[in-house]
Amino acid sequence: MSRRLFSTAALFNTPDEIMHAAEKVSEAGYENWDVNTPYPLHGMDHAMHLKPTNLPYVTLIMGLVGLGFAVFLQWWTNGSALQLGAHDLMLPRWVERYPFVIGGKPLFSLPAFVPVMFELTVLSAALSTIAAMLGIFCGLPHNSHPLHDTDYMKAVSCDQYGLYIESSDPNFDEAKVETLFKDLGATEVTSIYRPFEQKPGFISHVLFFGFLIATAVGVSGKAYFVYNNLLYARLVVPGYGVIKLDHIIPYNWMVNQPRLDAQEESTFFKNGRSMQNPVANTVARGYMPYKYAGNPDAANKDTHNPVPMTEENLALGKKMYEITCSMCHGDFAKGEGRLKGNLVPPSLHSSKAKKWTDARMYHVIVEGQNVMPSYAKQLDEKERWAIIHYVRALQRAMDAKESDLK
Amino acid sequence: MNIDYSKHVSLVEGTTNLREVDDVIAAPMENPNNPRFLMALFVSVSLMVFCGGTALYNLLGFGTGTWGNQNPVMWGWPIVNFVFWVGIGHAGTLISAILFLMRQTWRNSIARFAEAMTIFAVITALVFPLLHTGRPWLAHYLLPYPNERALWVNFRSPLLWDVFAVSTYFTVSFFFWYVGLIPDFATMRDRTTHKVKKFVYSLLSLGWRFSNRHWQHYERAYLILAGLCTPLVLSVHSIVSFDFAVSLIPGWHTTIFPPYFVAGAIFSGFAMVLTVLIIVRKIFYMEHIITLNHLERMAKVLMATGLMVGYAYSMEFFIAWYSGVEAESFIFINRAFGPYAWAYWTMIACNVVFPQIFWFKKLRRNIPVIFVISITTNIGMWFERFVITVTSLHRDYLPSSWGYFTPTVYDGLLYLGSFGLFFTGVILFARFAPVVAMAELKAVVDGAQPSHHGGDHE
Repeated sequence: MSRRLFSTAALFNTPDEIMHAAEKVSEAGYENWDVNTPYPLHGMDHAMHLKPTNLPYVTLIMGLVGLGFAVFLQWWTNGSALQLGAHDLMLPRWVERYPFVIGGKPLFSLPAFVPVMFELTVLSAALSTIAAMLGIFCGLPHNSHPLHDTDYMKAVSCDQYGLYIESSDPNFDEAKVETLFKDLGATEVTSIYRPFEQKPGFISHVLFFGFLIATAVGVSGKAYFVYNNLLYARLVVPGYGVIKLDHIIPYNWMVNQPRLDAQEESTFFKNGRSMQNPVANTVARGYMPYKYAGNPDAANKDTHNPVPMTEENLALGKKMYEITCSMCHGDFAKGEGRLKGNLVPPSLHSSKAKKWTDARMYHVIVEGQNVMPSYAKQLDEKERWAIIHYVRALQRAMDAKESDLK
Repeated sequence: MNIDYSKHVSLVEGTTNLREVDDVIAAPMENPNNPRFLMALFVSVSLMVFCGGTALYNLLGFGTGTWGNQNPVMWGWPIVNFVFWVGIGHAGTLISAILFLMRQTWRNSIARFAEAMTIFAVITALVFPLLHTGRPWLAHYLLPYPNERALWVNFRSPLLWDVFAVSTYFTVSFFFWYVGLIPDFATMRDRTTHKVKKFVYSLLSLGWRFSNRHWQHYERAYLILAGLCTPLVLSVHSIVSFDFAVSLIPGWHTTIFPPYFVAGAIFSGFAMVLTVLIIVRKIFYMEHIITLNHLERMAKVLMATGLMVGYAYSMEFFIAWYSGVEAESFIFINRAFGPYAWAYWTMIACNVVFPQIFWFKKLRRNIPVIFVISITTNIGMWFERFVITVTSLHRDYLPSSWGYFTPTVYDGLLYLGSFGLFFTGVILFARFAPVVAMAELKAVVDGAQPSHHGGDHE
């Protein structure tokens, strides 16, 4: 059984010696050789006649890729005035755009996007540089190299400077290389052999990595589902089903709070109720009590409408009338509402209705009349008065005089 | 005491033997647990588990109401602590990246440790905004990822910029740190005889062979990363300052904030590096690797950045007066003479006044003095963030909603817990990884580089 020679290696004591040796070996025309030093030596790249590294191109290109991605991401999600959504482009719902305006700025407001653009450029450039340097330029990880676990490796990783020429070099001749090294002043010349069997290293073994990946996916997948159940306080009992728990700290979603819910008993107030009446003789802001409450005749004597008759108010009145009143009273207030049956209110074009003051009509909106309930909750004061303006306009339009046409 | 600064000073004192350098640096990893290490670990783990754990349980169980945050001061200690810890991280990147680009070789013996502090400080900092969201288990909502809700984040929000800045900063710093560690893990792999350690170090070193064909790419990658980290570190605290400056609160809405925050971050970071390194060099007998000259240089940086923040403090006052904005003038008078005057003058004393003693060579070469000043600077910089956050919020435009912020015991416990987390990380790092970059340090030992170069000098 013969051991296969990998390389012949020499150790040197000082940086000057290794530098000299590297120049000589390089001049002798060897190709597959390398220098191992515990730290980078200034000028060694030159002595070995190495070409400059192409690594900066990786950084540049991947930095630009990161920048482009950041611009696209922000444009697509936040900043695009594009009328097409994910659905139109046959894309899944989870990449739907979400454009919105902040502070009146244009949708694609570039200055606000610069910080994220910068960060993603740096992130992409830095990570790609590291990955390319280790994985592509240095061919790492590589734990099964013949140099590992040799005395040569242990010396160059600490305080000595090594140089080796591989047996695969076209000019390799063991005896000649050994004399060359001795002439250059090597303290030690050794032969490095490949291991007997080229067993794949434990770490680089495909099965080992497969096992690691399977374990990682399995554990994190299971953890994800357990976590989700925990989050929504569901206990999954095999063979029984799902039990919904009250809450699990901290995932109680603030369900249990010290506040009182409606109808809940209070230990604070004397009457034991959580909801209290307003304090006597007080008025909430914007809720002045109605002054003709229960007194329609008094209202009929008040001719004042506090809301001016403007185009804007008329439009408001039309809008609110059509929302609130038209289903019974009809679009033209003739009592032709869309709700047929018992709910047939009298026409508002009757002489009675025409003679009523605005305040009398207001009284009906606030307090209701016959079948009609109060609309005080649905309409605020301004809207009520605006509706009355609109009804007056309808009345006039239905019974237009010659003079109105001018 | 009479140092001639024009003369070359050895970065490693007392030895030129590379094996001895390795032995000293590897000692904490190879020796059995010493009682001081166990004691320190016990204290910091206790802080983390008992103080931090109690605060965390209360917070998660009962919500952010257990903190002192209350209208009008909705950003209390959690944000103060976040900015404090992120700031501490900045010294690491400054030392490892900016001083590297400036060819300050004295950084080699402290860079690794400072970088590790960056990693753990940023981890500690990240805890606070996550908890401040109130429901940290939904923190992934902060990230823009395609989701079934068809919602995206608001890319115009400074808080989102912060998410990107801090996470990018952490990721890049971490890998920068790891790239530096690869050759040292390889050295440890070849030193150790322990089977498990050998396996772990082999895995971590990726099979590094100290090949010059690799060193060539490695050195270029390191240079590129340093070049990328330099604008990154300046951007991170600038963006943290945007959290404040982009709002309209008087005392926050100022353009000086980004440089002011960056200077403050480096100031506080150097203070923390000094505090911890002075202890570490004593515990691990590294006095001739992390020398008095290193400490002196850091003291100088500390004083310079202290002057920068002092300038920023005075410029804030000048602009408040010069701008003629009533709310702005009020907030600064209120800062110095209002209910929080005690915090303001603590900050001024610690950050601007005390570091001035480093003008005297005798004092900046006196280790106990450096240690005390580094601690007062840490205190002062915490108060700076407190002053910025709390005094601006507690009295803003609407006098009817003025208030006084008082932290609760849970604020305090969480803060103590954060120290526990940070020091647990740092102590474990010091035990299981080389605290000084062996390969980098060996390269600057006297006589480690060839006397004449293989070609033209670069």
